[in-house]
Amino acid sequence: MEDNYPIKRIIDDQGSLVDTGFENQIDEQLVQDLYYHMLRIRTFDRKAINLQRQGRLGTYAPFEGQEAAQVGSALALKAGDWVFPTYRDHGATITFGKSMARTFLYWNGRVEGCVAPQDRNIFPPAVPIATQLPHAAGAAWAEKRRGTQNAAIAYFGDGATSEGDFHEGLNFASVFKVPVVFFNQNNGYAISVPIEKQMNSETIAQKSVAYGIPGVRIDGNDCFAVYFETKKAFDNARAGNGPTLIEAVTWRKGAHTTADDPSKYRPEKQGEDFVDPLTRLELFMKNYGHWNDEWIQATKDKTSSEVEAAVDEMEKFPPPNLEDVFNHVYAEMPAQLVEQRESYLAHLGRR
Amino acid sequence: MAQIKESITNNETTKQLTLIQAINDGMRLLLEEDDRTIILGEDIGKNGGVFRATEGLQETFGGDRVVDTPLSEAGIIGTSIGLAVNGFRPIAEIQFLGFIYPAYEQIMTHVSRIRMRSMSRFTVPMVIRAPYGAGIRAPEIHSDSTETLFTHMPGIKVVCPSNPYDAKGLLIAAMEDPDPVLVLEPMKNYRSKRDEVPVGKYTVEIGKGKIVREGTDVTLIAWGAMISIAEKAAKLAAQKGISCEIIDLRTLYPIDRDIIANSVKKTTRAVIIHEAQNTGGLGNDIVSIINDTAFLYLRAPIERITGFDVPVPFFALEEHYLPTAARVVEGIEKVVHF
Ligand SMILES: Cc1ncc(C[n+]2csc(CCOP(=O)(O)OP(=O)(O)O)c2C)c(N)n1
Ligand SMILES: [Mg+2]
Repeated sequence: MEDNYPIKRIIDDQGSLVDTGFENQIDEQLVQDLYYHMLRIRTFDRKAINLQRQGRLGTYAPFEGQEAAQVGSALALKAGDWVFPTYRDHGATITFGKSMARTFLYWNGRVEGCVAPQDRNIFPPAVPIATQLPHAAGAAWAEKRRGTQNAAIAYFGDGATSEGDFHEGLNFASVFKVPVVFFNQNNGYAISVPIEKQMNSETIAQKSVAYGIPGVRIDGNDCFAVYFETKKAFDNARAGNGPTLIEAVTWRKGAHTTADDPSKYRPEKQGEDFVDPLTRLELFMKNYGHWNDEWIQATKDKTSSEVEAAVDEMEKFPPPNLEDVFNHVYAEMPAQLVEQRESYLAHLGRR
Repeated sequence: MAQIKESITNNETTKQLTLIQAINDGMRLLLEEDDRTIILGEDIGKNGGVFRATEGLQETFGGDRVVDTPLSEAGIIGTSIGLAVNGFRPIAEIQFLGFIYPAYEQIMTHVSRIRMRSMSRFTVPMVIRAPYGAGIRAPEIHSDSTETLFTHMPGIKVVCPSNPYDAKGLLIAAMEDPDPVLVLEPMKNYRSKRDEVPVGKYTVEIGKGKIVREGTDVTLIAWGAMISIAEKAAKLAAQKGISCEIIDLRTLYPIDRDIIANSVKKTTRAVIIHEAQNTGGLGNDIVSIINDTAFLYLRAPIERITGFDVPVPFFALEEHYLPTAARVVEGIEKVVHF
């Protein structure tokens, strides 16, 4: 099966083009967009880990190693598309337009952190594994019924393929031929469980056969392969040809979350040969005349100051409003809930 | 678990264990004494469970008996049913109670009623363990306390230890029970204190509560993580001259009606504390037990101090959701000064 689903790459580990078919589509703008966003979310991610260590953030799920997969796919989206992420996909959602400050807030136990900007359809992260796949199929279905050119993307991990919702989402999407891209990040592990214990199939891409939809396996650390294959899947979806399953093979460089200790279950040397996706892009830029010291320095300065500003905004955000314990549960608060709120506020001496 | 200190109390060997260590100790014993015992769950092997409940067990008993399953709660419970009807004794770990819902169908339509549907030809003695509850700054959805989804379900028993001793004793009792038992483990209490826990086998009877503090003016009824809130409230009330009796219910189904009736007849007042939402909460069943057994002894309407009718909030606000000692004291004063 691995032979049927070879890993597609456009650049290799040394940043050299191995598939020249895309050479003339890779322009300066695309290279700079990919670099800027990958550096930006890397800076965010490392900052978040530091903040967590300093007690300024709650438990955090890092995505280092998966930047190419998240940025490459998010840049392939159009403004009207729908995004259904997991708790590890804030690299993708930030790239698509979610605010970094809000994302920090999310990891600080603030519900405000779930709220996407008005002009971006970004669902709150799915914490219960795989539950978002049917949602993406439904949102795409609605776009199809309305006859728009919008599509949806569902992000999910290798472990998610074991849940019933994975099957149900793909089956519905294929039966109703809706414009959705199922974007899997196979990062090798579901917490401590390696993929070979998660499934008996050699690839995730091959699962597409069961639903009669296209499946493609790509090098998830090659930002160009991710970008162009995701774009292709979206073009296909927008043209009315239904869903695609993409398996982006990548690597979770760090812990599952800041509360996890991978040394308990990961062989020490595993992942040592992993070439960082950002390093790969840098090599490419040097190889093909896109490297410009001044621009790189300016981009580093820009991304750091953006992240610092986001930390500042998060920390200056108004304190949580305790009435939000009760708000937004119903459109109109039922009388008994009003009573519970009033008696609690009275208890606190605030009524 | 190298630092566990052994000591001898009352001629019985005990160890100083936390609640999570007591669960681990109980499972080790169950694996040792019965080859049919099999533990299934996510990340329970090398990783030893996300809370370390199964630490070291796969190392000792092997991957066939302490099994890292694929990421599927319906799969874990569904296959546990097959294993249980066919001669094995599964202990299924659900990583957090908030993630049990994909398995709800398996539990509701099969685990709980195979005995009835087969007129006892097939039975599924099994234990389902799930950490539950708020107050540890966990990410969203990890903090549910939805015990009544299961107490409402005929055919399954539900227990909820608050301390290390009860945890091991109830776990073993659950394994010996001919019916399926859900063991709800309060995450907040996993490492909050150590108890002297007997090294060997013992059980805490399912269906029996325990008076953990004697008093005369009012009965506080609680379980799990709310026991420590009840204890704090009882101390505060004592400073105001009010004497509280505390019942640790320990089993949520079937409820120990006698212990509630006897205590309320004595104190003539009751305050029920639970962190689950108010509506449809177990407090309502307890009110009806008191109504049925001790109504004429009551000197005040029963108070319930509970979570609100909202999803458990994100952790920045969870302290406002959970019952506090101050809220409980307010309830106590209300019934005492009625
Ligand atoms: C229904 C459900 N069960 C269990 C969990 C606990 N859990 C959180 S993340 C995770 C592993 C997910 O692995 P994968 O799908 O590969 O995504 P990754 O974390 O690697 O990005 C588990 C078991 C959960 N969140 N939801
Ligand atoms: Mg994974």
